Amino acid sequence: MQRILRAAAGFATVLMLSVGAYAITDGSGDPTAVKSDEGKWVDKEDVPTFKVAPDGTVDWYTYVGFTRYSSECLRCHGPDGMGSSYAPALLESMRHLSYTDFYGIVAGGKKDVSAAQELVMPANGENKNVMCYIDAIYVYLRARADDAIGRGRPDKHAPKPPEFSKAEDQCMG
Amino acid sequence: MRRVSARLLLTATTLISSSLLIAATTVPAAAADDLVKMQANAKDVVMPTITYDNQRYSTLSQITPANVGKLQVAWTFSTGVLRGHEGAPLVIGDVMYVHAPFPNTVFALDLNHDGMILWKYEPKQDPNVIPVMCCDTVNRGVAYSDGKIFLHQADTTLVALDAKTGKVVWSVKTGDPGKGETGTGAPMVVKDKVLVGVSGGEFGVRGWVAALSTADGKQIWRAYSEGPDSDILFDPQKTMALGKPVGADSSPKSWEGDQWKIGGGATWGWYSYDPALNLIYYGSGNPSTWNPTQRPGDNRWSMTIFARDVDTGMAKWVYQMTPHDQWDYDGVNEMILADQQIGGQTVPTLVHFDRNGLGYTLNRATGELLVAAKFDPAVNWTTGVDMNKSSPTYGRPAVVNQFAPGANGADVNSKGICPAALGSKDEQPAAYSPDTKLFYVPTNHVCMDYEPFRVSYTAGQPYVGATLAMYPPQGQTNMGNFIAWDATTGKIVWSDPEQFSVWSGALATKGGVIFYGTLEGYLKAVDGKTGKELYKFKTPSGIIGNVMTYEHGGRQYVAVLSGIGGWAGIGLAAGLTDPHAGLGAVGGYAALNNYTALGGTLTVFALPPT
Repeated sequence: MQRILRAAAGFATVLMLSVGAYAITDGSGDPTAVKSDEGKWVDKEDVPTFKVAPDGTVDWYTYVGFTRYSSECLRCHGPDGMGSSYAPALLESMRHLSYTDFYGIVAGGKKDVSAAQELVMPANGENKNVMCYIDAIYVYLRARADDAIGRGRPDKHAPKPPEFSKAEDQCMG
Repeated sequence: MRRVSARLLLTATTLISSSLLIAATTVPAAAADDLVKMQANAKDVVMPTITYDNQRYSTLSQITPANVGKLQVAWTFSTGVLRGHEGAPLVIGDVMYVHAPFPNTVFALDLNHDGMILWKYEPKQDPNVIPVMCCDTVNRGVAYSDGKIFLHQADTTLVALDAKTGKVVWSVKTGDPGKGETGTGAPMVVKDKVLVGVSGGEFGVRGWVAALSTADGKQIWRAYSEGPDSDILFDPQKTMALGKPVGADSSPKSWEGDQWKIGGGATWGWYSYDPALNLIYYGSGNPSTWNPTQRPGDNRWSMTIFARDVDTGMAKWVYQMTPHDQWDYDGVNEMILADQQIGGQTVPTLVHFDRNGLGYTLNRATGELLVAAKFDPAVNWTTGVDMNKSSPTYGRPAVVNQFAPGANGADVNSKGICPAALGSKDEQPAAYSPDTKLFYVPTNHVCMDYEPFRVSYTAGQPYVGATLAMYPPQGQTNMGNFIAWDATTGKIVWSDPEQFSVWSGALATKGGVIFYGTLEGYLKAVDGKTGKELYKFKTPSGIIGNVMTYEHGGRQYVAVLSGIGGWAGIGLAAGLTDPHAGLGAVGGYAALNNYTALGGTLTVFALPPT
């Protein structure tokens, strides 16, 4: 999966350079939303993605991703994925991390220990407040990385899909 | 007659001297007397709070408003650590003790040789403690007593180092980082006890303060912030709150079920001590979670000022400032002890500038509330504290529902609340000058939107449950002020605006100069009477440390740690956005990233040699 996604990303980059067509790519390739299952959008590779309407209305998952990012990730990575004095700017990281990379780091943690400093991200695999919303957080950061949404709280969002509450209750217990 | 008396006197003196000699060889000299005396010697700085009363006032007076403009850098020292540098070094005789954030390095520097390194201590700690430290791996300093340096490490190990060699004398674990308990606060030594607290309010820890023996690290008492009376060391009849006994089970009664077990009330701030009353003072932090709808009740004794007997730990009095917190207004800021003239009488007061934006003046002997007033005019979550002693809501803040996330419910975004979660003032301590009778307060001038939502608790995992966005008060661009405050009336006397929150501890001096640092990295000196800026120098990084002063070789020095980080570095690095600017507005306010970068350095200042 990871290799395929990376290949796809590489292919998309080549396409963009050679044809000059308008295309944004991030670590998972072309983020264009192609279909939705109960308000949850995916791109052509079936990777979760965002959907922003021309009037700025964001899909429900992007919105929830903003709130959960701000609760669980901001404390180290700063507001709006912008980074801080403590941890890197995720909107930069998302430009090269695939969905699988992202999932693996969030669930398993990361250590970046050098002579100058020790950067340690915790493993969130057992943290329901993160893992129950990981796709939403991914989609939000993907939208930020691709400049599809700006800083701060999205002004307008799609309504909460009924399926979302059911899945949330099941996951949070 | 006279001769006889003289002979008797001589015998008595000999007896006393020999008994003293015996005492000196068998029992270590009483640390309490030493420290009470030592902290009064302005040439040294023997504790992180400078003095037991936390006034952060030095009687050194070589540096004055007339000559401070000539201040120069005397020497500098890099700690080699990039994280946020809070606290300040100690100076004892010819040696300076400098601490650093994780990995919690401690250096002993020789003041006779331009800060040559006498010894260095660097503990080996499990790096997995790093991600359970909310908001940077800071440490607020070391304490001294009886030839030992005490360090409370990130992993909650309290270690006693030989002040001469840096060798470990003893080492004990005080908490469990697996549950999110970490050490960031500076210890304080009182008599034969070293006091330490715990961080982890964002991880659902149950806060505590412990007194351990300076001789061997054995625990003497431990007082929790929440739980049964036997855990919180309350006497239902003798422990007082606003003039009345607290009664039995005052803490569990204010929680639903056993939520108090993960109730927060962390104790990561400063301690003060009144030797005459034999009481120590400190505050407790936010109740966990940040979602108030998940924890109904007053959530005692989070957000509380505690006065405890230092020998037994028993609480003499308590005052909960923010019952049922809905904003993360931790009550851990320093308690400044000062005797002040109120109503024509000298009152033993305790003055506290809380995160909630209210400046409190209490009688520190009784816990009586004397003044509670906003020290930032922007504060809007409350209209003020009920000061009517016969009212059923006496001592409680009147909450404005529009700015109360709990009243508005989960999944609702409450907008325009002032102050923001970082408070009108955070841990950076204020100073008091008995000369001007003014308090000098570093403040944050930032508001927020706050949306609470459901979270689940897992031991050792963050337990937050709120989204917040921060920005300066509407129509303003300054995110901080450095103010002078009259605590007898609750009035701001002067206010110097600062572009960023002021996150550095202030220092008052008998010379009449007040010092503080800024997040851009300036050390600033202002006139204590007027607030007029007299000197500034840009240090290598943003300042979140506390300014201190000492005398060596007949010269007065001023020193401060720079090294951006902490909550300030996280919240303000990328700059705040302006929610009032409408769609498409970018980077409403200055980004700290454009002013400063990481790196810990001590900068020492002095007047040019004459």
